[in-house]
Amino acid sequence: MTGTDVGLVVSVFIACAVEAVEALTIVLAVGTTRSWRWALTGVGAAVIALGLVTAALGPALTALPLNLLRTVVGGLLLIFGLQWLRKAILRASGLKAQHDEEAIFAEQAEAARRSGVAGDGFDGYAFGVAFKGSFLEGLEVIFIALTFGANRHDVPLAALAAVAAVLVVALAGVVVHAPLARVPENAMKFVVGVMLTSFGLFWAGEGAHAGWPGGDTALLAIIPLTALFALGMVAVLRRGGNLEQSPNREIASA
Amino acid sequence: MRRVRAVLRFAWEFVVGDDWRIAATVAAAIGVTALLGDDGVRAWWLLPIVVIVVLTTSIWTLARTRR
Repeated sequence: MTGTDVGLVVSVFIACAVEAVEALTIVLAVGTTRSWRWALTGVGAAVIALGLVTAALGPALTALPLNLLRTVVGGLLLIFGLQWLRKAILRASGLKAQHDEEAIFAEQAEAARRSGVAGDGFDGYAFGVAFKGSFLEGLEVIFIALTFGANRHDVPLAALAAVAAVLVVALAGVVVHAPLARVPENAMKFVVGVMLTSFGLFWAGEGAHAGWPGGDTALLAIIPLTALFALGMVAVLRRGGNLEQSPNREIASA
Repeated sequence: MRRVRAVLRFAWEFVVGDDWRIAATVAAAIGVTALLGDDGVRAWWLLPIVVIVVLTTSIWTLARTRR
């Protein structure tokens, strides 16, 4: 396994673990307050829908010529990664509220309670919320795994890392039976933002014949330089008096 | 038609997110890099510079409005 493969596995694993933690919180909230049966059915339906999306997109992506694939998919990954990095810098500098799974769990559970009592039959609320939460977070998992995997021409390796992350989080959820609030989610999101941006930058450049000095080894410079730049921005924003400690925790995902 | 629009809006928000200028600038930079690459110019430095400028501008603009 090369250094780039290790980077791929680590990036996909962390990114997918973060998404899985967010999906787990939503499923736990509707499962414990409404109906486990219909919450899990919603998750199952989401998994099937995500499988269909993967089956449609995966072969189409890998069929593209390598240069076009790297330009288009690397560009998408770079734009997507810059979104993550931007939010991570804003969170770390206090300009955006930190992501808090306990607060999100409480909010979701309260919304589930407010929506009325679940009967014995089909619980559309539990099914719908669990389906939507799992599907949307799952889409990010698939996007990351497919773009990383396709660019390295090793979708199975990326898929393996993604599945392992989801299984680890699901297992932790079964054991803890509570939102995984101790997972350093905000730090993980920062790392993922750096990795997505770095790999996107590298692959988009490769596809556009940018001619990185040192070829693949350029990544060894791009990743730490991106991290340094992001940390530098956080330090400057904090020193600039923008720190706005938000007492209200973030409810929205992302 | 409404569904197609909803799917497109979701895809836009999913990939592009809050600041469309980042996506537009990055896409343009990739295009320019490719054009220079076709002319035999190794413009590996262009994308990192654009990323630094566009991310700094986007965050700075937001930070100023929240001060």
